[in-house]
Amino acid sequence: MHQIGWLSVVIWLPVAGGLTTLAFGDERARQARWAALVTSLLALAACVRLYAEFANGTAQFQFVERVSWIPALHSQYYLGVDGISLPLILLTAFMTVPVVIAGWSVVDKRPAQYYAAFLIMEGLMIGVFSAMDSLLFYFFWEAMLIPMFLIIGVWGGPRRVYATLKFFLYTFLGSVLMLVALIYLYLKAGDYSIAAMQQLPLTLAQQRWIFLAFLLAFAVKVPMWPVHTWLPDAHVEAPTGGSVILAAIMLKMGGYGLLRFSLPMTPDASHQLDWLIVSLSLIAIVYIAFVALVQQDMKKLIAYSSIAHMGFVTLGAFLVFYIVAATGSAKGAINGLDGAVVQMISHGLISGALFLCVGVMYDRLHTRDINAYGGVVNVMPKFGALMVLFALANSGLPGTSGFVGEFLVILASFKASFWFALLAASILVVGAGYNLWLVKRVIFGPVANAQVAKMQDLNAREFLVLGVLAAAVLLLGVWPAPLLNMMEASVQHLLQQILTSKIPGAA
Amino acid sequence: MMPGALPSGPLALAIPEMWLAGSACLILLCDVYFGSTRRSLTATLTMLALTIGVALTGQYGLSTQRFLLFNGLYVADPLAGFLKMAAFVAMATAIFYSQDYLEQRAIRGGEYYVLCLTALLGIFVLISANSLLTVYLGIELLSLSLYALVAFDRDSGIAAEAATKYFVLGAISSGILLYGMSMLYGLTGTLDLDRLSTIVRSGPDAALIIGVAFVVAAIAFKFGAVPFHMWVPDVYEGAPTSVTLFIATVSNLGSFALILRLLAHGLAGTPAIWTQMLMAVAVLSLLVGNLGAIAQTNIKRMLAYSAIANAGFVLLGFASGVNAGYQAALNFTIAYVITTLASFGMILMLSRSGFEHDQIADFKGLASRDPLLAAMMLALMFSTAGVPPFIGFWAKLWIIQALLGSRHAWLATFAVLISVVGAFYYLRVVWYMYFEAAGDRPVPEARARMRFILVINTVAVTVMGVLPNALLRICERVLPP
Repeated sequence: MHQIGWLSVVIWLPVAGGLTTLAFGDERARQARWAALVTSLLALAACVRLYAEFANGTAQFQFVERVSWIPALHSQYYLGVDGISLPLILLTAFMTVPVVIAGWSVVDKRPAQYYAAFLIMEGLMIGVFSAMDSLLFYFFWEAMLIPMFLIIGVWGGPRRVYATLKFFLYTFLGSVLMLVALIYLYLKAGDYSIAAMQQLPLTLAQQRWIFLAFLLAFAVKVPMWPVHTWLPDAHVEAPTGGSVILAAIMLKMGGYGLLRFSLPMTPDASHQLDWLIVSLSLIAIVYIAFVALVQQDMKKLIAYSSIAHMGFVTLGAFLVFYIVAATGSAKGAINGLDGAVVQMISHGLISGALFLCVGVMYDRLHTRDINAYGGVVNVMPKFGALMVLFALANSGLPGTSGFVGEFLVILASFKASFWFALLAASILVVGAGYNLWLVKRVIFGPVANAQVAKMQDLNAREFLVLGVLAAAVLLLGVWPAPLLNMMEASVQHLLQQILTSKIPGAA
Repeated sequence: MMPGALPSGPLALAIPEMWLAGSACLILLCDVYFGSTRRSLTATLTMLALTIGVALTGQYGLSTQRFLLFNGLYVADPLAGFLKMAAFVAMATAIFYSQDYLEQRAIRGGEYYVLCLTALLGIFVLISANSLLTVYLGIELLSLSLYALVAFDRDSGIAAEAATKYFVLGAISSGILLYGMSMLYGLTGTLDLDRLSTIVRSGPDAALIIGVAFVVAAIAFKFGAVPFHMWVPDVYEGAPTSVTLFIATVSNLGSFALILRLLAHGLAGTPAIWTQMLMAVAVLSLLVGNLGAIAQTNIKRMLAYSAIANAGFVLLGFASGVNAGYQAALNFTIAYVITTLASFGMILMLSRSGFEHDQIADFKGLASRDPLLAAMMLALMFSTAGVPPFIGFWAKLWIIQALLGSRHAWLATFAVLISVVGAFYYLRVVWYMYFEAAGDRPVPEARARMRFILVINTVAVTVMGVLPNALLRICERVLPP
């Protein structure tokens, strides 16, 4: 195996870089910025190496590191990635770089602490995706709240304290019950490793309680309707970088948790309660899309659109049982799971890019109110083109990554039920509605006022950031094969786990 | 079982207590003769005595077996050695944090240090108690020293008020304890805890229940657990911060020993009686402590309510009635002591002559005035709230695990849910430090030495949070099933 634990490198390098950045202090902001940029690029390079060495076609965990950590609790420092977690790790490392660059000349309040918080976050988030021990997972999952709490609270908008407290307490409340469920599973399995918990036989009643405890933790993170109310507040008040990380990566942890914990650990309860998740997802997709339509604040609009899009992730993941029931075979179910993962990656890129776009405008006009803008394309043609591209990608335009995930999920819903598909597909219309209407009001039309007329087009730094993201969105849209190949074996394996009953004696 | 059945150990095992008693007398004498001319002498001698005490405990006080001394009144076991070590170190740290504070307030009497040492001796007696009489002796020695310490700043009205309340309520609780003990003695005819544990095996018996209820009430008073908590906020707020530091940390080790010796050992035969009482007390403490802390504006008072809530957690560990729960409670106590030492150390660090720094609002903008101190306080607050990667997380985790292991799923769920409420007021300190403007609040003084110890203390909170195994293992080893 590998002499160097590359997963450890991608977790602890950003954390160490963050501490270095902190050591530079706010007085030496320039050095701190460069340290942050170099660290994030190195972490990305290490992740690319992981990608290059990753073997497709097997559901085995790779780059496994297993070291004794807390023998007293039978918990190990146990890392590994499969085709579901690696894409999310790549996304994390990839999105941190634009966040660092986007804050370059904009953040002047305690800059060293700003970068340190993002780098430490990056390490902890990668830790969440690569942990194969559930205690280690929880350790990263909770620790991550601290930097995010500070990011929103220190660099956020006027109501930042309210928003960040709401964010912290909401997610904390969700996760403590997950901890109780994990400890319960440990006491049954005698081991905190995720694999042991996935194999543990459980009665339906036990599974139901565990499923509900997990659901609260993951539903808050995703966020699913009706526990989504923290997200618009957090997004509106967070600084641009915070919104990007929140939307692009932190929400994905909820989806990842459902795929890694809920479905394989409690498959029978998932089957029994799938109607709950599917209904909540459909409500999120349809109702929240209409809520997005009426927003006046651009960030709020994108935040609501995120909730609706994450609804596709949860829908795709839990359609499995309906498809099997409707078609009698597991073949079609794979589309739903594939769609869920692709949608997570694609939404990460698109929502991140849209928040960066809002950030670009906010840096110039210091408002996110849609009415304050109009005809931006006349003064910022390059920006206008990119923003339109991302808005279209957000509404699922074929050729962009947004299309792939949504298409796969809608395809799966057709196999499950015509009505699900009808409801899910309706978002394509409403989604196109709010995205295009946003673009019409902000980007197109005559120049609205004198301030807009004075806006400068993208500088090289901003163009680089948005350009790279646009390329990624298009690349994934026209050629999703590398991603699908990477995850294929793991998703197959997951499907098998989901469809195998864990009730003792039932198999 | 006769006391002689256990190996009766060499007297050397009691050297820590002997050293402590002797050095307290010597320091008092030195202070009488030289204290007025050389002011720092007493403090230096006390630190020296504590350091030598650590060495002596390491050399003689640790035992891998259980030994009985002094006709079975005194027990020396691995737990006793570990707790005494911990108490020595905690005491030395507490005195170190307090020096500047006492100097600024002209609290120069050498008696202060002597009282600290006698209180510590009381804790040691509690730790090694193996008889109801020894328990009572330890409690009184500890409490009487504490009453005097709380009132030490004799010109302060609020301190006098706190001391009076503490004394009156403490005296009542001692009476309650004695009454409970007398009932136990009347029922069993023995004061020896070993024998008590073998005799009291019967099911619920009205007299026994009443006797145990009195004992539990006295224990709850010492812990500051609801409904015997009313003294805690007033004493925490009124006492000089250095004394509050003592009560909140070192004294907790004594409370832990008290409940372990009396209930978990002495009344091990009838756990059903006292575990139910502890459950009620613990649940109420968690509720009152966490809700009460939200309304506070004074940080000492807030930490007092937090102490009530944390006492609830320790009692939950005991309420599980299984050894894993006692281990978890020990781990929680140690983690809490380490974290709280630094939290109060931070308040002492930030206060200056004429300024107590005891309002939560005094922390406003600390992140821009002194990033290092703010970052440390952040770690301490998140640790107490039970968020990884800090030590407080594992403390709570283990308690919850013990509760689930003993089939108390609802208690565990309640405990985690109420800690979410608790997180709010710790977050408020972070919020004031990081999200609020400093205004015209001053930049904290440098005080390099104290800063250094605080850094070490906070690093310990973090390192033991990332690598918690060592402490967990120690707790398992000193409290074998």
